[in-house]
Amino acid sequence: MTLKKLGKLALMTVASISVAGGALAQEPNDPFRDPAIESLEGKWIAYLPISAGFDLAQAWGGVVKEESERYGMKFTVQDPNWSTDAMAQGMTSLIAEQPDVIVTQNPDTQSLARLMMQANRAGITVIQMNMQGAVQTDAYVGPDYIDMGRKIAERAIEQCGEGTDTSHKISIVQGVITGGVSYFQVQGIMDVLKDREDIEIVSSQAADWDASKARAITETVLQQHPDLCAVLDMWDGQAIGTGAAVKQAGLADSVTVITSGGGAGSTCDLIRDDTFDIVYNYDAPGMGRDAWTAIMIALQNGGGGNSKTQIFSPTHIMTKDNVDQASCWDAEIYASRLR
Amino acid sequence: MKLTGRLKNVSQEKIVFTITLVMFAVFALTLDGFIGTSNLLALLRSVAVLGILGLGMLIVVLGRGIDLSMVANMAISVAWTIQLVGTGMPLWAALAIGLGFALGMSLITGILVAFAEIPAIFATLAMGTFIYGFGRAHLITGTDVVYLPSNFGWASQIGQGRLLGIPIPIILAAILAAVVYLFLRFSKHGWNTYNIGDNTQASRITGIAVRPTIVLQYMLSGTAAYLAGLITATAVQSMNTRMVNSNMIYDVILIVVLGGVSLSGGRGSVRNVMVGTLLIGVLVNGMTIMDIQYTIQNVIKSLILLLAIVADSVINPRDEQTGQQGDI
Repeated sequence: MTLKKLGKLALMTVASISVAGGALAQEPNDPFRDPAIESLEGKWIAYLPISAGFDLAQAWGGVVKEESERYGMKFTVQDPNWSTDAMAQGMTSLIAEQPDVIVTQNPDTQSLARLMMQANRAGITVIQMNMQGAVQTDAYVGPDYIDMGRKIAERAIEQCGEGTDTSHKISIVQGVITGGVSYFQVQGIMDVLKDREDIEIVSSQAADWDASKARAITETVLQQHPDLCAVLDMWDGQAIGTGAAVKQAGLADSVTVITSGGGAGSTCDLIRDDTFDIVYNYDAPGMGRDAWTAIMIALQNGGGGNSKTQIFSPTHIMTKDNVDQASCWDAEIYASRLR
Repeated sequence: MKLTGRLKNVSQEKIVFTITLVMFAVFALTLDGFIGTSNLLALLRSVAVLGILGLGMLIVVLGRGIDLSMVANMAISVAWTIQLVGTGMPLWAALAIGLGFALGMSLITGILVAFAEIPAIFATLAMGTFIYGFGRAHLITGTDVVYLPSNFGWASQIGQGRLLGIPIPIILAAILAAVVYLFLRFSKHGWNTYNIGDNTQASRITGIAVRPTIVLQYMLSGTAAYLAGLITATAVQSMNTRMVNSNMIYDVILIVVLGGVSLSGGRGSVRNVMVGTLLIGVLVNGMTIMDIQYTIQNVIKSLILLLAIVADSVINPRDEQTGQQGDI
């Protein structure tokens, strides 16, 4: 081996070590992570539910807040406390302040439609939770209410339809008529029931998401039709009044109370004590996760209404038989996370 | 001219009572199952809470005041009671604390009106917002609906129970109506309430303790609010503090005014409130049986109110004698 060759070898060794050393100093080799993290880091998520004081909004917000903080994002929450006006004002001022993402929930299909379009045009990503508005934005996150309504109607047919030893009478307690949750569920229900000769809808009234109103309506309906077979209520927070009326009329055994909700611990308790019979659970913390997914998808793909996705959250049926295996979450945990 | 002369003695109360009777007769004839005992009990049951709130409002309105903080006071004091029981406090202690809160808040309201001389409409409006805000920020910090825990014991019978087949809310409303009647008719403070409402200055000159009496009026309405809240909460096994945002307080004013109680004070009695409550009860019950949508129900309700007011102003036109200062 000549001196020249030896020198060459030494040079190559040094070079290869320095190359190896350079490679060691680099991040693990995932070329896709950095752009993803960059698209999230330092961004601002503004949360504007119709109220920050009820179990669903607390679960969604709690999950999104925790995830956003993990990635160094700013999370703010506004509480319009059930006032559509305050919500529209909040949305208007948010558009001026230019957050990167607005996560909101429509009080009805129309009130925020224009503002959401405006926000999208200003490059803000808009995620709609649970109550879909009249315009499509980056994502709608929530159960497929029309399908859920159909399923509920089929359940009602199973309980009260032809061939059952019942009066075949059902009553429907709507929420706010123009609110997405109620509007689309009722649409699905009527879809199935309109051609059914065997089912008689004896009452279909709105209780404005108010348990006391739902109680009064159902009490009167039960006076007129003590042989009622089932009541379909569009939300568990309101159905607690419906269920109480059924229970206090001593008809808990013969009247099936079917409702839907986010599956909070309070709902599980009400299934256990016979206030509710069948609950379609759309798992609010799961929806929070879906909302976070929607935010990630939107931000990594430009946001601002670039792509539009309907993210239908999974649902499952809860009855007394499986309630103990269900994940009945504690609203207080998410409420304190959101504070 | 002759007609109005003959109808001169027909008060608004009589007009409303007649409307109630006519509607009752129409519903009884046309709607199946309206006249049944159980439906009539359900009818009364559905307006018992409204009636109790109306009785509290009556006392304040007779003293030429108004209490817009009633619904907030009722929601927060009862929600706090339920929450305290849920966290393990003995029932009686929680009930006492809740009542104490309701009384404390209405005491402050009374002092603001009587001693600071802030007009009742502003003082109670602000107090309502304060009670709700304070309650949601410091007392009911979690979910805005507080669910009734299973250890609420006998107290859950307040809204759910029956005595001799009659729902307890109806019995409580009847008892309260009797108590308020006796208070207004036979007690010194009751008389003074009318006097103060009729002419505050003259009452003061004649030596009536005007300010303490006004404070007492607000505390009585606070008590009525707490009772109404307990019935509401135990009937639906939860207290929804969101009701503060509803138009319930207007419904309370509606039944008071509808029955013929003058908002300018000094005129009206328990009977007026009962008539107003019955009208709303018959109307809402009948419309629910007819499966009329809630929004349409509101339209019909307000049309009937307008009808009653128009009838009253045609039959009893305002003039210098009947119109009072501060008449709204």
